[in-house]
Amino acid sequence: VLQNILSLLFFLLPASALTTGIYMIFSTKPEMATQEIQPNETLTNLKAESDTLKTKLEDERAKLHDVELHQVAEKVDGLGQFIMKTRRTLKGHGNKVLCMDWCKDKRRIVSSSQDGKVIVWDAFTTNKEHAVTMPCTWVMACAYAPSGCAVACGGLDNKCSVYPLSLDKNENLAAKKKSVAMHTNYLSACSFTNSDMQILTSSGDGTCALWDVESGQLLQSFHGHAADVLCLDLAPSETGNTFVSGGCDKKANVWDMRSGQCIQSFETHESDINSVRYYPSGDAFASGSDDATCRLYDLRADREVAIYSKESIIFGASSVDFSLSGRLLFGGYNDYTINVWDVLKGTRVSILFGHENRVSTLRLSPDGTAFCSGSWDHTLRVRDRGYHLGYIPKRTTLSG
Amino acid sequence: MERVIVAMQDPDMGMKMRNQRLLITVIPHAMTGNDVIEWLIQKYNITEEEARHLGGLLVQYGYIYPLREPRSLLLRSDDSPYRFQTPYFWTSSRWPATELDYAIYLAKKNIRKQGELVDYEKENYSILHKRINHTWDFVVMQAREQLRASKQRRKADRIVLECQEQAYWLINKPCVNMPLYYHYTTLGRNRVKSSICLESFMKYSEQYLHHDPIMSGCLPSNPWISDDTSHWTINTDMVGIPTRLRVERWSFSFMELLNDSMGRREFMIYLEKEFSAENLCFWVACEDLRHGESSKIILKVEEVYKNFLAPGAARWVNIDSKTMERTLEGIKRPHRFIMDDAQMHIYFLMKKDSYPRNLTSRTPTLAIVPQETKKSVFPFMRRQRHSSPSPAMVTQATEDDGKAKGAGPTGTSSTTNSQI
Repeated sequence: VLQNILSLLFFLLPASALTTGIYMIFSTKPEMATQEIQPNETLTNLKAESDTLKTKLEDERAKLHDVELHQVAEKVDGLGQFIMKTRRTLKGHGNKVLCMDWCKDKRRIVSSSQDGKVIVWDAFTTNKEHAVTMPCTWVMACAYAPSGCAVACGGLDNKCSVYPLSLDKNENLAAKKKSVAMHTNYLSACSFTNSDMQILTSSGDGTCALWDVESGQLLQSFHGHAADVLCLDLAPSETGNTFVSGGCDKKANVWDMRSGQCIQSFETHESDINSVRYYPSGDAFASGSDDATCRLYDLRADREVAIYSKESIIFGASSVDFSLSGRLLFGGYNDYTINVWDVLKGTRVSILFGHENRVSTLRLSPDGTAFCSGSWDHTLRVRDRGYHLGYIPKRTTLSG
Repeated sequence: MERVIVAMQDPDMGMKMRNQRLLITVIPHAMTGNDVIEWLIQKYNITEEEARHLGGLLVQYGYIYPLREPRSLLLRSDDSPYRFQTPYFWTSSRWPATELDYAIYLAKKNIRKQGELVDYEKENYSILHKRINHTWDFVVMQAREQLRASKQRRKADRIVLECQEQAYWLINKPCVNMPLYYHYTTLGRNRVKSSICLESFMKYSEQYLHHDPIMSGCLPSNPWISDDTSHWTINTDMVGIPTRLRVERWSFSFMELLNDSMGRREFMIYLEKEFSAENLCFWVACEDLRHGESSKIILKVEEVYKNFLAPGAARWVNIDSKTMERTLEGIKRPHRFIMDDAQMHIYFLMKKDSYPRNLTSRTPTLAIVPQETKKSVFPFMRRQRHSSPSPAMVTQATEDDGKAKGAGPTGTSSTTNSQI
């Protein structure tokens, strides 16, 4: 009988493991996980303690906030108005473009759309080089592998799949497809880490996860968001071990990839955070939200340090990215425009029209020579500064 | 503890088990509290007091659980029935008790019999319901599934299972109030004054101003505007002579130098002259381990140990004794992060010592400053836009799997200079 009981017990586990790999195997908890709650500790007592701590935390953060960013930036020259010109328009998607990513060769792009199509372009020549039809619609996430030999994508299929890019034009890419990540809700974002071997994903199931591409094994999962996670970005730091995620719970969380712990959390947005992107030095990150603002958070000061907003901007920001020097912040918005912000002064230096529907995705090219925006109007546009050829403006000096 | 438990269940020398009656159901393979104490006295030649203490601990840690009054984790020296917990539920087993599992367990209890949840369980239930609300459908579905499966078992088995599970959760319920713990740790964090942080943004954007094509343009011209890919050609990974801007960037930070394959190569040459090249080799090997395939981890750890850490190794790296000790200990159970401490130690060693000396002592690298392309006389004539070989082709040459920084495909092949 003991044997039967044991085998029945093992039956319990696989049933749940089948439906969700993530939770059963590698969930991490802080060291104090088995602290017991005494029956006489009521919910209200604990909540009160939590609130007190939160206020204390805000006080501590405020103590070290001795100056605002725009005050420090007073000594920096203003930028004047920028003109950006569209250099390429990529037409070929039959439906809303949801996501795009650059290849490290600085000219190729992968983009994904609502109708399930994933296209690899040589944006420089505007030629389409590869096309894959996913078995699902709303492919919300796509990423180019660092080697340039594969792309990853996913969406409503709750998975992230990797497609090696074949040189044989006749070969069906879908044949070599590899399923890597499995979530219990839609895939919102994905990114390769420093190599083709690992992928970081975020999902509508409220978690992020790190996967081994070769085996499809879950290496680490990240729990802490209270709602859908919509975006993520890897830190360009020396130790290369952290990333930031933003979610529908209005929180931006910074995670340690090795331990799975949330090491910092910021909650100042008033609505869903659609996009997060690190400042090039890795010391800060920007976020774009449905509350129509973009914000800058400094990791060492552990606080929000700037808000980029205007009364005339009332639609949510869907996607943000920095220029190479971090001086400019580009934001794609749901009112079809792109606003370009002076990160230091907090002013807007440009507003770009051209798309005929929401801008859903925006990324600077790896060498910063141009930026690409994808839109619900089915197109992608590659833009850059409106000067002719290689004009270099007068050297702006910073006094002090 | 586990050794004791295993001995207790030994078929020859272990305890005599019998069927115990629990209300109207007969539970097989159970023993009385008295049995347990008697056996302990006998086996270990100890007093009754000591046996009761030891037995009590076995119950508290969940290896034996009571069938009657399951919440009272005591060992009674009477005929109260007890059972051995199945090894699957042993605290020491590596199955982590997650919030989700706990939520499923509470949901099951709730569904099975309304009002069966005790006060603190009810509170935990509502906290969890709020916290993992987005997966609540799954929780309820799982709970129902498990209940359905259990209904198909014999009553005796079902009761046993329920008891085992209950006993497990009494001891192992996860700390549901995580936010509290998090707040305490964040309160103690070191923060930097705003003025210092924000000043660094000024410095960074000034330093990189001329490297930012959107701010300052690029030479000879921006390919997207002029349709001329020279800018990419002269900046490929392994071009003959680097541009001045590129060399300048290596001096901005150690990370910039390492991120550029050419900069890394120059640095390696310098280190070789200084007889400390093994540091960079070690760092590269560690990166390869960290970002490579899972299947090659054990092999790579062995290689790293053999080449860099073993006594008398060909390229032995000088790590402080504490880190070395910790790393060698960790190698017994290798995983991809096992070299992190050692790698960081060597990284900062190079950053603080070799890198700055390299900057000051380096003879100026031969570098080019491209000529700005003159404005075309006929601006409306567009150049032909040449395509470039796909990165997928380039990897034939660099088939080194798990290379830390990707193959770094060339924008245009260095052999075809026709564009210029």
